[in-house]
Amino acid sequence: MNTLLEMKTITKRFDSILALENVSFTVEEGEIHAIVGENGAGKSTLMKVLSGVYSYGDYEGEIFYNGNLCRFKNIKDSEKQGIVIIHQELALIPYLSISENIFLGNEQKKNGLISWHITHQKTKELLAKVGLDENPNTLISGIGVGKQQLVEIAKALSKQVNVLVLDEPTAALNDIESENLLHLLLELKKEGVTCILISHKLQEVLKVSDRITIIRDGQVVETLSNVDVDENRIIRGMVGRDIVDRFPARDVVLGDVLFEVSHWTVYHPDIADKKVIDEANISVRKGEVVGIAGLMGAGRTEFAMSLFGGAYGTKISGRIIKDGKPIVLKSISQAISNGIAYVTEDRKQYGLILDETISRNTSLANLKAVSKHFTVDEVQEKRVAEDYRKKMDLRARDVLQHAKNLSGGNQQKVVLSKWLFADPDVLILDEPTRGVDVGAKYEIYMIINELARQGKCVIVISSELPEVIGLSDRIFIMSEGRIVGELSKEDATQEAIMERIMEH
Amino acid sequence: MLNYIKENLRQYGLIVALIVIAIIFHILTNGTIFRPANITSLILQNSYILILAIGMILVIVTGRIDLSVGSVAAFSGALAGVLIVQQNWPVWLAIIVTLLAGALIGAWHGFWIAAVGVPFFVVTLGGMLIFRGATMLLLDGLFVGPFPASFQMMAAGFIPDFFGGTDFNIMAVVVCIVLAVIFVLLELRKRFLAKKYDVESEPLLFFIIKLVFILTAIGLFAYWFGASNGIPNILIVLSIMILLYSYIANRTILGRHIYATGGSADTSKLSGIKVKRIVFLVYTNMGLLAALAGLVFTARLNSAMPRAGDGFELEAIAAAFIGGASPYGGVGKVSGAIIGAMVVGIINNGMNILGVPVEWQQVTTGLVLLSAVIFDVYIKNRSDRPKQNDALSTKKVQAGKAS
Repeated sequence: MNTLLEMKTITKRFDSILALENVSFTVEEGEIHAIVGENGAGKSTLMKVLSGVYSYGDYEGEIFYNGNLCRFKNIKDSEKQGIVIIHQELALIPYLSISENIFLGNEQKKNGLISWHITHQKTKELLAKVGLDENPNTLISGIGVGKQQLVEIAKALSKQVNVLVLDEPTAALNDIESENLLHLLLELKKEGVTCILISHKLQEVLKVSDRITIIRDGQVVETLSNVDVDENRIIRGMVGRDIVDRFPARDVVLGDVLFEVSHWTVYHPDIADKKVIDEANISVRKGEVVGIAGLMGAGRTEFAMSLFGGAYGTKISGRIIKDGKPIVLKSISQAISNGIAYVTEDRKQYGLILDETISRNTSLANLKAVSKHFTVDEVQEKRVAEDYRKKMDLRARDVLQHAKNLSGGNQQKVVLSKWLFADPDVLILDEPTRGVDVGAKYEIYMIINELARQGKCVIVISSELPEVIGLSDRIFIMSEGRIVGELSKEDATQEAIMERIMEH
Repeated sequence: MLNYIKENLRQYGLIVALIVIAIIFHILTNGTIFRPANITSLILQNSYILILAIGMILVIVTGRIDLSVGSVAAFSGALAGVLIVQQNWPVWLAIIVTLLAGALIGAWHGFWIAAVGVPFFVVTLGGMLIFRGATMLLLDGLFVGPFPASFQMMAAGFIPDFFGGTDFNIMAVVVCIVLAVIFVLLELRKRFLAKKYDVESEPLLFFIIKLVFILTAIGLFAYWFGASNGIPNILIVLSIMILLYSYIANRTILGRHIYATGGSADTSKLSGIKVKRIVFLVYTNMGLLAALAGLVFTARLNSAMPRAGDGFELEAIAAAFIGGASPYGGVGKVSGAIIGAMVVGIINNGMNILGVPVEWQQVTTGLVLLSAVIFDVYIKNRSDRPKQNDALSTKKVQAGKAS
C-alpha cells in the first residue's frame, strides 16, 4: 500500500492556546483510519485543518496528498481533491428534499437550468449505493437521523470522494443504524474509498478500522495497527497522562442528604417519544461536590436543565426532594426561589448579557434583593457587584465594564457571581472551566471548594475527566440518558469511568 | 475621564448633534424657528410622535418592532370621534374607553407574538392593515368632527396664568423655576449618594456641563412660553410620560427585565425572567400609547380622519434609531428616543419654514437616520475589536453537547 495522505508537524493555535502541537500522521490508500481521543483532545480541529476550514497559513506544518503539498483555502479546495468531511452536526437543510440536499451547491445543470431528471436519476443511484430506500423527493425533515447520516454519505459520494472523513458519525444513531453505517464503510473500502473515522465508540473503531491514531492534549500519542489491540489498550493511551496536583485540597465535611432526584425522565422537546433522560437517580449531601461524567450527547446538560425548572425537555416526570420535602419546579423562577442555580456551559449565549455591565449581570437573577418598591437601588447594586468582584478576584477595570470585554475566565466569574448572589443551596455547574485558562481554572476550583465548605450542594458536569475526578467527592456516570454507575472518590479513575461508559 | 467619554460617546454625540442642527436652522431661518410661537407649534406638531416613540423604544429594546401604531392611532381617533361626536358620550368616558381599546389591541398583538410565537413583523403588519381598514369602516370613509372644546383642550389648550401676567405669562416662568430647583436638588442628591457609597459617577466636569445645559434649556423654555401663550397642556402630559417611562425603564425591576430580554432572551430566561410576559406587556403598553397619540392627534386637528396617522409608525421607529436604539435589542433609552424625535421634528419644521418641499424633507430624514445608525455601527466595530480569545478556545475544547 502507498501513502495517500500525510499530515506533517501540524501546529494550530487559537491565540495563545495550543490546540494541536506537532501532529503528524499518515493515511494509507484504501484503509479505514480511526482517530480517537478525549473530548477536546484536538481531533475535530485536526480534521478542520485537513479539510481547509482553517486555511493554509492559519496553521503551521504541511499536508501532502498524493505526494503534493496542499494549500487549501477553504472546504471547496479540499473537496476538489476528493477530501470530503461529514461533520458531527449534520449540514442538511430540513425543508429541502433528499435530492436537493445531495446536489446542493453542485446542482445538475443542463443549458444553465437545473435538470431535475438528471438530479433524480443520480440521487437514485447514490441512494442505492448507500442502501437507503427512500424517495429522492422526501424532505430531510421527514427521515430519521440515521437515514440523514446516509444522505450525508451519499452527498459525499456525489462529489467523487477519495478520502471520506466522518466525525462521530454514529453518535446520534441507534445500534442497528450504527451497524448499517459501519457495514457501508466496509463496502466503500472495497471500492477503494479511504476513510478517516473519528469516534468515541471504541468497539466500532476496533470493528472496522485498520489503524488507530490516539490523540491527547493536541498531540499524537501513538498509532496502533488494529491487531492484538483491545479497548483497554486504547483507553490507556487516551487518558494516560500524569495527573499533577491541579486541584486545591479541601476538608470534606459531609452533612445530610439535601438534594435528591429520583426516577427522573425527560423527553425530547421536538422529537416525540424520544427519551433523553431515562429514570435517573442522584442524591447530594450538604457540603458535597458531586460530579457527573459522560461523553458528549450523554444527556448531562439536558438532565441539569430539566431539573432547573424544566428549562429543557417535555413530559418531565420524577421527584425532587430538597431538605426532606418534595418540591415541584414548574418554572425557572420557581427553581431559583427554591434555592437551585444552574450555571450554563455556554456562558455567552445563556449566561451573560454581553452588552451589559458586570454590575447589571451580577444582579440579574436576584434583582429583588437590591430593590425596594420595585425600584432598583443602583448604588446598592454596584456595591454588591463590587463585593463579588473582590471576592472572585475578577479582573476588570470596574463593575461598569461590559461583559463582552472580559476574558473567558473573568466572564465565568461574572456568571458565578450572578448565581452566588441568588444565594442557592444547590449549584449545578455545567462545564465550569470550558474555555478558561489554567490560572483561572484553579481559581474557579477554589470557589467551588469554598461553596462546599459553606455547606452547599455542588454538582459539577465536566467533559474533562481529570477535572471531575479532581473536584468531586462522588461521581455519577451518565451514558445515553441513564445513570450507569456511581464511583466514590477512592475508586474514581479515568479508566474506571471510561470502562463504565463503554460498557453501555 | 477618557473612558467615560468613550462609553457615553453616543449619548453626548446625539445631544451635540441636536444642538448643531438647532443652530444651523436658527441661522438658515434667521431665527424664525426659535421664535416663541414656533416653539409652541413645534411641540404641538410633534407631540404624538413623541408619545409613540416612548412606546416604540421599549418595543425596540426587546429586539422587536411594532408596525401597527399608525393604524391603531387612527383607529383610536376614529373610535373617539364616533363615541363623542356621533354617540354624544361624555368626553372623559370616551377617552378612557379609547385608551382601554388601544391597550386591548396591543394585548392582541402581544398575545400572538409572545404566547403563540408568531413573528412580530407579521403580527404587527397584520395589525397595520386590520386597524386601517377598521378605521375606514368605523368612519364610513368620512371625516368626523368637530369635537367639543373640552376634548380639543388636550392638544390645543394652555395652562392658565394664575398670576395674571398681561403681556408675559408669569405662570410659565414660575413653573420653570420650580422645575429647575427640583432638578438641581435631585441631581445633587444622586451625586452625594454615589460619593457616599463610593460608587463611580460621571466626572465633575461633565456633571457641571450637564447642569448648565439643562438649566439653560429650562431658562429658554421659560422665555419661550412666557412670551407666547404659556405652557401647552400637552407638554404637561408629555413631561409626565417622559418622566414616568424613563423611571420605569431605568430604575425599576420591570425596566431591567425589558432590557435583559432584549440583550439576551436565552440568558434572561435562564435567570428566571418571564420573557414572554415582558414581551406581552411591552406590546400592550404600545397599544395604549398609540391610542393616546391618536387622541392627541384627533384633538389637534379637531377631526377624526380615515387616513390619520399614516406613516407615524415609521417616524416613531426612526426617532428611536436616531436616538441610539439598537435594532438587535437590549440598547436604547427613552431620553434618546425623545431627542431623536426632536431632531426629526426640528429638521422638518425648519425645512417647512424654509419652504423646502416635503419630498426633500423625507430625503433628509432618511439620511439623518442612516448616518445615525452608521455612526452606531462604527462605534460598535471599534469597541468590539481585539479581545477575541475565548470564542476560539471554546472551539478547541470542542465538546459541543446537544441543546
